[in-house]
Amino acid sequence: MDFQLSEDHITTQKWVHEFAEKEIRPVAAQYDETEEFPWPVIKKAAEIGLYSLEFYMESVAQDPTGLVLPIAMEETCWGCAGIALGIFGTGLPLSALAYSGTPDQIMKWAPQMFGTPNEPRVASLCVTEPNAGSDVSALRTSARRDGDEWVLNGQKIFATNGGQAKVHIVVATVDPNLGHRGQAAFIVGPDTPGLRPGKKEKKLGIRASDTSEILLEECRVPLDNVVGGPEKLEAKMEKARSSSTKQSAALKAFEMTRPSVAAQAVGIARAAFEFATQYAKERNTFGRPIIEHEGVAFKLADMAMEIDAARLLTYRAAWLARNGTFEHAEGSMSKLKAGETAVWVTEQAVQILGGYGYIKDFPVEKWYRDAKIYTIFEGTSEIQRIVISRALARN
Amino acid sequence: MDRDFGLTEDQREILAAVREFVREKAAPAAPGYEEKHELPRDLFRRLGEMGLAGIPYDERYGGAGQPFLTYLTVLEEVASGFFSLALTLSVHHLSASGLHRFGSDSLKEKYLPRLCSGEWLGAYALSEASSGSDAASLRTRADRSGDGSSYRLTGSKRFITHGGEAEYYLVMARTGGEGPSGISAFVIERGWEGFDFGKLEEKMGWHASPMRELLFEGCQVPAENLVGDEGEGFTIALAGLDSGRLGIAACSTGLAQAAFDAAVAFARERSQFGKPIIEFQGLQFMLADMATQIEAARRLYREVGRLRDAGGDYSQAASMAKLFASDTAMRVTTDAVQVHGGYGYMQEYPVERYMREAKALQIVEGTNQIQRMVIGRRLASS
Repeated sequence: MDFQLSEDHITTQKWVHEFAEKEIRPVAAQYDETEEFPWPVIKKAAEIGLYSLEFYMESVAQDPTGLVLPIAMEETCWGCAGIALGIFGTGLPLSALAYSGTPDQIMKWAPQMFGTPNEPRVASLCVTEPNAGSDVSALRTSARRDGDEWVLNGQKIFATNGGQAKVHIVVATVDPNLGHRGQAAFIVGPDTPGLRPGKKEKKLGIRASDTSEILLEECRVPLDNVVGGPEKLEAKMEKARSSSTKQSAALKAFEMTRPSVAAQAVGIARAAFEFATQYAKERNTFGRPIIEHEGVAFKLADMAMEIDAARLLTYRAAWLARNGTFEHAEGSMSKLKAGETAVWVTEQAVQILGGYGYIKDFPVEKWYRDAKIYTIFEGTSEIQRIVISRALARN
Repeated sequence: MDRDFGLTEDQREILAAVREFVREKAAPAAPGYEEKHELPRDLFRRLGEMGLAGIPYDERYGGAGQPFLTYLTVLEEVASGFFSLALTLSVHHLSASGLHRFGSDSLKEKYLPRLCSGEWLGAYALSEASSGSDAASLRTRADRSGDGSSYRLTGSKRFITHGGEAEYYLVMARTGGEGPSGISAFVIERGWEGFDFGKLEEKMGWHASPMRELLFEGCQVPAENLVGDEGEGFTIALAGLDSGRLGIAACSTGLAQAAFDAAVAFARERSQFGKPIIEFQGLQFMLADMATQIEAARRLYREVGRLRDAGGDYSQAASMAKLFASDTAMRVTTDAVQVHGGYGYMQEYPVERYMREAKALQIVEGTNQIQRMVIGRRLASS
């Protein structure tokens, strides 16, 4: 067992960190304030290849350890989680496509998700509905077959990149009697009539990230636009009608992306921890730097430990996702630990800065607001506990 | 459970009137003021008309002559409907308390009636850019004139709630040497020459409670506006903070209650996996812990309020109440967001605002680290 990062990992880490430091951190407060989508930053990320299909297909897919993506995520979120979600948000629909799509579908749609460095585009995965959050099987958006087309109807909310995307992947129910196994993902290409963004959410944090409602009204897409192809869908549903329930492919894909989400949370926590440590060295009370008061020093010690623990769980889960499988819900453990750690660490950082932690002259209050989403999206902390405890009950 | 167990008939009547005001007027107006970043001066004035701007102060100065406990329960109630308005009441009270206890009769006669009626708003100025928790290191100077008739104030104050909005300021400044014994307290009015305001702070929450820097450039203050004696300022400041901490404990309890009520309502209405989420044990236990902590915070601040009314030494207990209640508010508001899931993170629901509001409660009127110091030092010395 080796705990050293490889040369490649360190190169990636430095490359992304430099980008985060130069291009993301300096504009983070501005996008938090205006809630605009950070297109100029995404363009710069596309120019250096960080925002590109090649990054996923080469650096990420060919990395035997599974660590490249978490490392890149941590560094980007160290810069700003909201902007990072703009940069990595396309990764979600891409993985839905890559996980179950046919080679032809991947060839056709993956490049369209990213656009070109001169004219980058983003894509969006639309799953959540007003009455289906944690309970993904309760989706009401329907896909009806009409000749050689699918007709989509329904309302999606909280779609990351939803209002900015050209390509949307929409999860909808084909056969409501089959629960989640009667669901499929549909590719909706650029400017398809019947798909339009609704309300853009105003949020506590990650405000540079576009979180939008997507409305589908008689939205027609070609038969071939069901991810995996119509034959595979038919076979899957036929099997579902005759056999007992197994874990759905969609949920399994979610489980595999959890270490990446965990790494984002670690990035925010580390940013706040570094800032608070520096502040504690500089700020004097009662005649000495506050880092020399045990009340503050012990907090920093716990923060350092929690961040390391979260990162190690994240690396383990990322490695397992690539080199084996999760036997004990290791993916959920990494996401739960990292999300809770990010909230706790950023809160302590605000506290260490005192009054300065609460005002917008310093970035810490923003990191605290950003962190809270990590106990909620991509499976709430409660859902992670369900996954972990069910693994315990099963094993 | 009778939330108001142990309160007198008199106190229950006052609370009933406050509840109606909060329900009908304050709570519906809160989101608008928060959105506009505007102090709810008209609602504060209305509290004054109801006799609630000087609840525990002498009737001869226009106060209501009520026990301190009455004031605390009113704060909790207001905070549960419109947090920033309760904060306004609390800071107003803090600014008047030093004058009420230590000021000369003539100074009290001059200022207290206007403060108790709610016509004037008060502010309390202790913190500076480089002296927060370590307040005794403050640098604003107050130099006595040769004939002793006035003081000249020079320096600045940071993070002053109501800065620029208040008419009355209780300002701590240095008249002597270093340390706490060199500090004195003054009453200063808005509009006096040499007294100006700096930048408006942009904060994470408390948007309807503006905070500004105070700038003193040779501001001349008449000697009769010295509160108590020279060198007594730090004692005055700390005495105010002991009361203020109880106020923050009451505000924290009200805020936590608001978040809890929202969480319970949401958990009853929201269904996932075929049943209301309140029927899932994981969520029920979370709500049970929230309810328990809120009730404990309420019992604690009220009991310490009674201790204060009975004339006991309540300084350490006030720190405990502030520490426990504000930590409770932080935990409960954070969990209320969690109960709401994705909806909790959106500004469409009030709980993300409650969470932002709770964080400052662990920082103001002595950070919770300072509260632990107060509690811990007593333990070490006795």
